[in-house]
Amino acid sequence: MTGNRLGNTVATAILWAAGFFILGLLVFFLAYILGQGFKVLSLEFVFGPAANGGVGPQLFNTFYILVLSLLFSVPIGVGSGIYLAEYAKPGRLTNLIRLSTECLATVPSIVLGLFGLIIFVNFMGLGFTILGGAAALALLNLPVLVRVTEESLRTVPHAYREGSLALGSTQWQTIRRVVLPSSLLGLITGITLVSGRAIGEAAVLVFTAGTSVSRHYPDFNPLVSGETLAVHLWYVRGEPLVANAEAVAAGSAALLVLVVLFFNLAIGLPARIYQRRLRGSS
Amino acid sequence: MNNRHLNSQLAYDKLFRYIFIVSAVIVGVIIFSIILFVSKQGLQTFQDVSFWDFHTGTVWNPPGQYGALPFVFGSVAVTLLAIALGGPLGLAGAIFMAKVAPPWIREIMRPATDLFVGIPSVVYGWVGLTVFLPIISKYTGGPGFGLFLAGVILAIMILPTVISISEDALRSVPKTLEAGSYALGATRWQTIYRVLIPASLPGLVTAVILAMARAIGETMAVAMVIGNSPQLASSLFAPTATLTTEIILNMGQTPFGSPWNNALFYMAFMLLMVSLSMILLIRFVVNRRLANDR
Repeated sequence: MTGNRLGNTVATAILWAAGFFILGLLVFFLAYILGQGFKVLSLEFVFGPAANGGVGPQLFNTFYILVLSLLFSVPIGVGSGIYLAEYAKPGRLTNLIRLSTECLATVPSIVLGLFGLIIFVNFMGLGFTILGGAAALALLNLPVLVRVTEESLRTVPHAYREGSLALGSTQWQTIRRVVLPSSLLGLITGITLVSGRAIGEAAVLVFTAGTSVSRHYPDFNPLVSGETLAVHLWYVRGEPLVANAEAVAAGSAALLVLVVLFFNLAIGLPARIYQRRLRGSS
Repeated sequence: MNNRHLNSQLAYDKLFRYIFIVSAVIVGVIIFSIILFVSKQGLQTFQDVSFWDFHTGTVWNPPGQYGALPFVFGSVAVTLLAIALGGPLGLAGAIFMAKVAPPWIREIMRPATDLFVGIPSVVYGWVGLTVFLPIISKYTGGPGFGLFLAGVILAIMILPTVISISEDALRSVPKTLEAGSYALGATRWQTIYRVLIPASLPGLVTAVILAMARAIGETMAVAMVIGNSPQLASSLFAPTATLTTEIILNMGQTPFGSPWNNALFYMAFMLLMVSLSMILLIRFVVNRRLANDR
């Protein structure tokens, strides 16, 4: 009996230690990354052109590629999420689509990059372009978007749909006027999550968007090569020729994490709190 | 008028139904084209290289010798190391979050886990390079690059996958099972490892398999800390390479369509097959459990 109680105490202590170790690890990572970065970060570094040692073009490309990739992936991802949540009946087709989504979600990002290399760079002969990078990145976003769409549509109570259908609306009217508005916050949170992940992605982009930036800044031409911030951090590490590579790497790392934090805190968190409040009141 | 309005609404209804079906089918088409194109490019390797030599050879010296075993070994070794280090820690974290932690700590830990996912893999690699590498180098006397460092970094990177899926699995165990265990006089720890863990085992196995899929496919962080030497690892602290790191480092330097380049595509095809079989394995684990429960 005392043995059991002792075991319980020891196990509880270990579980607490594990929890705090994980939190401590995160605090250490953030403190280190931001601490090293703040020595380097300046307006000149963040927005300045590459010639002056800045990462302005890379930061611009990061957001440009993100926006383009969302333009490709959101309609298809949300569309198939809607299909799975609202239309799909159990059967072979539904099963196949679900399996495809799961498979696509586990394809290593480097493989998606190579697929993009075959299709956009060689097959279509575009070379390294922002467009090709964005399209390849869209493949990474797609399965996550399908899942979050389906999940957030499923949280909408069935009675809402029945009420709308009972009033004589079509299924599309029900989706557009009732289901989508009630699940909008879930969708926004999902897109934020996807964006945060896409911003830090490098393996997909090295062989699709390339590792060089346009001479013009900002350059909106989607058919030129466009190195992003994450790719830049990867690239400067391996290039001894880049002047003060260590400082550039530290600054880029901190900037990347700041952007991700911004996405999580400024968009993700309010949506989550608001959603909780909505659920609490109903 | 009313009739025309109704007809147009019905037409829209039909149109959007097709749009949604088409989007869903596109997702399926994409995964099939990935398999098709990557395998087509990769399998051309065997016009120039013997299938047997590629899979069993230990010397990688193209163009000439294409023994890919060192990379396969490297990939498997870092993945197992990552699971050995990160699996138990992540599981303990999940149990802590689901059953032990007071609500306010739980409220901190959930977004914290999301932040772990948010840190880009290049940044993990960079931290490994600037923080962990000097420490390992100091204690081993070597350069510090190798399987061990890659395994440690991957263990941290797979934590959020292990934690979030295990936590969901632990939470989905019916409360009555837990209450029954307590009613029999079991302590909390006895309840956790005699009732909760067995009951949520399929979910926990899924968490481990998905974490392995993430670890074996991870490229940037591993490429920054493994040392990138295309030879079989002689120790945990010797520079070596994995499938992913060999691809990322050499893809840009080999002409498209050359045997060397095709070999890199074949390695990508191997990674693709591994990740797809993991998904099938998860389906098998979950379905078998469902069948047993019936």
